[in-house]
Amino acid sequence: MEKVKITIDGIEMEVPKTYTILDAAREAGIDIPTLCHLKDINEIGACRMCIVEVEGARGFATSCVMPVAEGMVVRTNTPAIRDARKVTLELLLSAHDKKCLTCVRNKNCELQTLAEKMNIDELEFEGEMERHPIDDMCPSIVRDPNKCILCKRCVAMCKKVQKVGAIDTMNRGFKSVVGTAFDKSLDDVPCSLCGQCINVCPTGALSEKDATKEVWKALEDPTKHVVVQTAPAVRAAIGEEFGMPIGTLATGKMVAGLKRIGFDKVFDTNTGADLTIMEEGTEVIERIKENKNLPIITSCSPGWVRFAESSYPDLLNHLSSAKSPHQMFGAIIKSYYAEKAGIDPKDIFVVSVMPCVAKKAESKREEMNVNGLRDVDAVLTTREAARMMKQAGIDLNTIEDAEFDNPMGEATGAAVIFGTTGGVMEAALRTVSEILTGKELEKIDFEEVRGEEGLKEATIKIGDMDVKVAVAHGLANATKVMDSIKAGTCDYHFVEVMACPGGCVNGGGQPIHDAKTRATVDIRGLRAKALYDADKNLPIRKSHENPVIKKLYEEFLGEPGSEKAHELLHTHYHKREYFND
Amino acid sequence: MKTINEINEIREKTLSEISLRKDINYKGNEKHILVCGGTGCTSSHSDKIISKMNAIIEEKNIENVRVIRTGCFGLCAKGPIIIIRPEDTFYAMAQEEDVEEIFEKHILNGEIVERLLCKDIDGNTVKRLDELNFYKKQKRVVLKNCGMIDPENIDEYIAFDGYKALEKVLTSMTPDDVVNEVKASGLRGRGGAGFPTGLKWEFTKKAVGDQKYVACNADEGDPGAFMDRSVLEGDPHALVEAMAIAAYAVGATKGYVYVRAEYPIAVRRLQRAIDQAREYGLLGKGIFGTEFEFDLEIRLGAGAFVCGEETALMESVEGHRGEPRPRPPFPANKGLFGKPTLLNNVETYANITQIILNGAEWFGSIGTEKSKGTKVFAVGGNINNVGLVEVPMGTTLREIIFDIGGGIPGGREFKAAQTGGPSGGCIPAEHLDTPIDYESLSAIGSMMGSGGLIVMDDTKCMVNIAKFFLDFTVDESCGKCPPCRIGTKRMNEILDRLTNGQGKEGDIEKLEELAKNIKRSSLCGLGQTAPNPVLSTLKYFRDEYEAHIKEKRCPSGECKAMTTVTIDKDKCKGCSLCAKNCPVNAISGELKSPFSIDPDKCIKCGVCIAKCPFKAISRK
Ligand SMILES: Cc1cc2nc3c(=O)[nH]c(=O)nc-3n(C[C@H](O)[C@H](O)[C@H](O)COP(=O)(O)O)c2cc1C
Ligand code: SF4
Ligand code: SF4
Ligand code: SF4
Ligand code: FES
Repeated sequence: MEKVKITIDGIEMEVPKTYTILDAAREAGIDIPTLCHLKDINEIGACRMCIVEVEGARGFATSCVMPVAEGMVVRTNTPAIRDARKVTLELLLSAHDKKCLTCVRNKNCELQTLAEKMNIDELEFEGEMERHPIDDMCPSIVRDPNKCILCKRCVAMCKKVQKVGAIDTMNRGFKSVVGTAFDKSLDDVPCSLCGQCINVCPTGALSEKDATKEVWKALEDPTKHVVVQTAPAVRAAIGEEFGMPIGTLATGKMVAGLKRIGFDKVFDTNTGADLTIMEEGTEVIERIKENKNLPIITSCSPGWVRFAESSYPDLLNHLSSAKSPHQMFGAIIKSYYAEKAGIDPKDIFVVSVMPCVAKKAESKREEMNVNGLRDVDAVLTTREAARMMKQAGIDLNTIEDAEFDNPMGEATGAAVIFGTTGGVMEAALRTVSEILTGKELEKIDFEEVRGEEGLKEATIKIGDMDVKVAVAHGLANATKVMDSIKAGTCDYHFVEVMACPGGCVNGGGQPIHDAKTRATVDIRGLRAKALYDADKNLPIRKSHENPVIKKLYEEFLGEPGSEKAHELLHTHYHKREYFND
Repeated sequence: MKTINEINEIREKTLSEISLRKDINYKGNEKHILVCGGTGCTSSHSDKIISKMNAIIEEKNIENVRVIRTGCFGLCAKGPIIIIRPEDTFYAMAQEEDVEEIFEKHILNGEIVERLLCKDIDGNTVKRLDELNFYKKQKRVVLKNCGMIDPENIDEYIAFDGYKALEKVLTSMTPDDVVNEVKASGLRGRGGAGFPTGLKWEFTKKAVGDQKYVACNADEGDPGAFMDRSVLEGDPHALVEAMAIAAYAVGATKGYVYVRAEYPIAVRRLQRAIDQAREYGLLGKGIFGTEFEFDLEIRLGAGAFVCGEETALMESVEGHRGEPRPRPPFPANKGLFGKPTLLNNVETYANITQIILNGAEWFGSIGTEKSKGTKVFAVGGNINNVGLVEVPMGTTLREIIFDIGGGIPGGREFKAAQTGGPSGGCIPAEHLDTPIDYESLSAIGSMMGSGGLIVMDDTKCMVNIAKFFLDFTVDESCGKCPPCRIGTKRMNEILDRLTNGQGKEGDIEKLEELAKNIKRSSLCGLGQTAPNPVLSTLKYFRDEYEAHIKEKRCPSGECKAMTTVTIDKDKCKGCSLCAKNCPVNAISGELKSPFSIDPDKCIKCGVCIAKCPFKAISRK
């Protein structure tokens, strides 16, 4: 690659010609403050924090978008630059609802951090502030525009990465606000509820709808048997909330923390994931055999499901009817487990700890019930679970590991990789192959469906059949697949879609990192690696070999796809229409 | 599609029909009545005059008289304007009712209607247009056809050398020749920044791209500005032709004109011009039988000032929210739809055909060393001859305001002139002799801008003027970057305080601190120049700011909040008229004895002052 010589703050360096000044500075270990910049996603030069001086240039340069050039001499830390940045930041603060102490993002807010770094000790330019109503009508996401600094990272995420475009800037000038069409709640616009916008928001303007209070209440209620289940991706990230390095697998500590909070049982959603593979795998086999509604598409990502219901209502028959793992598992807890444990299902309160905010809305869908009882009563994000632990005085760094409770705590390696893109596909392939061929797989790793590529395609040989699969993550990639299905230009049999780029490890409920970390660390790759490692180290790595699942079918469900299984573990979808009133 | 010969035939034929408009010695018996159809005169009902004239012509079967709706003559203050050629009689402020008399006396009997003649500022009645002081120091290059031709008739444009420059370029010049000619002319962008036009053409020509575009910025959003609009209304083909020339020079095949939808007459005439040019094959494939292909499309803007900024304009043309994007990349490399794009202002383009036909040297002979050619100004505010003027660069402000503009009405004093609109600055009397060119205006804290020129007399408060412009920028900020979005709002809040008599010590320093940082931190030109009106008034009229803060006094008396309205006991006869008319019941008293005003209730509206029959109430 062509390189250029530049000097930043006296440091001479050679960098690729394609670098921005910001890229080069970061490589040189120089910290330039940024707010609006999100590498490859939001490069709009809006916030003016990253300005620098370039010798010979008229005015300041915007380092996040300004390409380097041969011989360029850059200064990032001059009195004029410090002064200008400080005034800009003070102006932002003057229009910001500075309720740091009661903000979900307290101590994890890029605005707050900058105020600290820039030594803001007085606000010189206070004045009027626009007041906007808070949108808390949506079961997944809360929007508080009064904390928005208009960096538009969320807008770019939604429009460019997710191709949803549910939010955009409205009005102009001082009245600008990021909002939805006709000022509706996110729940009433074609938002997928993926929560990716939350993860890129530098401030507390976007957050999950809190469920901690409701869960504490259930825990305090002596008549309730409170069961918690945790999704695979949670264990690969929750440690970050306690300062552990990104990619730390903290399964035992997480379980111990939840027990300490006071949950009566801590189960593993992975068991539910194994169950999903049994049900969905059966559906895959049937549909391929009957050549019916192909490709069959996974349905465990509720953000994806809602997106499909909004954008591709004509293709809903392609979606597997299997509920997502935690919903299946909730239904089993309130039926099979209740029976076994001799507890009235009405007294059971099921909490799911999820890397996801869409699951909050999913759990409230009318269809998600057993005999009139909710499958799942409350959904906590990874972040909320950590918050509850902190509230209870628990530090995952110092707690001793604990094990999931039985009888529902056993799960396989196939289930643990559900948390990353390609994982559901791989888990399903392991089971489907062995069932179809009746032979044990020689190689159980399906490398071809792993990795970060947005749309992965592979042809898998199962017996003498060529099974064509595709794996899409991030809704822009989902759109590509769906459009090709609609146009009839693809011949996939089986497709995995996850709403979030990278899959659940990068879900909208996961720990939030600042833009610089996002740009310089492969967060989702490290988390995914933790899950693949866990898979490798587990004794059982195929869902159909899980003894708990086998027993469940023997004792309770009969066989995969049975009537009972359908009643408890399957669902249906419907077209979503907006703006009709 | 017309060949070069056919166009030449049209030119000759039409010229023979309309040459009397330029030929004062014409001896034939035809008359052309030119009625201004610019926006100003149209709103004072010039169209009714035209219909009436045509009705009379038809009714009386008059054969040798034609009525032409032209573009703006410039002297909008005297509209509607009627000019009768060849004798060049100039009737001002005529109405529909006057039409019969004009026909009766002038057209049919060759007798001038004295009462409709225009009085110049010096009191002299002028018979002919070119006797007016208003026109004496002007030089019409850009506006040469405005008021001379029917803008909706391509043949009339062709008659006065129209499409000759395009023919010359296509048949005898290479694209490099064209770029070099424009470079040599020294023409600089008239849209505000004054960037050398030839250089921009060269950059765009050199940029690599499978598709290139030329674009025209006709957004013109400065308050009170209507230079570009007048060109579009009065001579739309000049733009079409220039853009075709530019396209040939830079290698583009497609052009866009971005006009605001609020300029319906301009949009309609430009669309007609495009349609006619297409019909004649002057747009489309194989123009003048060459390989050259070019077509033009109008894109309507919703009237956001920031959409005049080049990158925001492109976002808007592409169908996105009109927000500026960071530069680089510059439009010359990555403009519309990511392709190399040449963007120029209407007035910039309007010079091109003249440069091609008369040569760079001719153009360079007009103006000053670094600012060549002429500049059109829309002059407004406290000035007698409100209107549109075109002067050679280097003309002084004094000449424009006093010689051409006729000075300040009502015998008041000149206080300041604002050029460059919301991005510019206020120029005080001491700089009236500054020659108008890009550098001189910047040196005194203002800028050329696109050509708005607002004159203020001594009743104007400079703090209030700064606030007027800042109100505008606060409204027009796109909101993308915080220094402009929040900073201008904060500055405005301070100015609001000042003009309401609530200024605080330290406010001036805060204004300066904000101004400095908004200028250097903002993303686009709007924010980068927004503080200029404040900075320039602070520079020249700091004492007024200080009086507002320290003495809670507005020296010009314009800021009403700082005045008190009182009743002079000796003059008051106790009639109670004031009390009856006070909207907030602040006045009380017994009939036939002096009334008084409760200062806490009074909102200083001044209604009582106007109502008092004995002049007993005054404002201090
Ligand atoms: C806020 C803002 C508004 C502008 N509005 C206009 C406009 O209305 N018309 C215009 O020609 N240029 C306008 N400009 C300047 C354009 O960005 C650009 O410089 C110009 O159109 C280039 O043409 P020129 O080189 O022929 O002047 C504006 C710039 C800014 C920053
Ligand atoms: S939740 Fe996802 S789809 Fe909804 S606004 Fe946020 S990014 Fe867009
Ligand atoms: S909601 Fe957050 S991410 Fe979106 S524009 Fe506002 S501050 Fe930025
Ligand atoms: S300077 Fe103002 S108009 Fe320009 S981008 Fe920033 S907010 Fe928008
Ligand atoms: S302008 Fe560069 S980070 Fe916002």
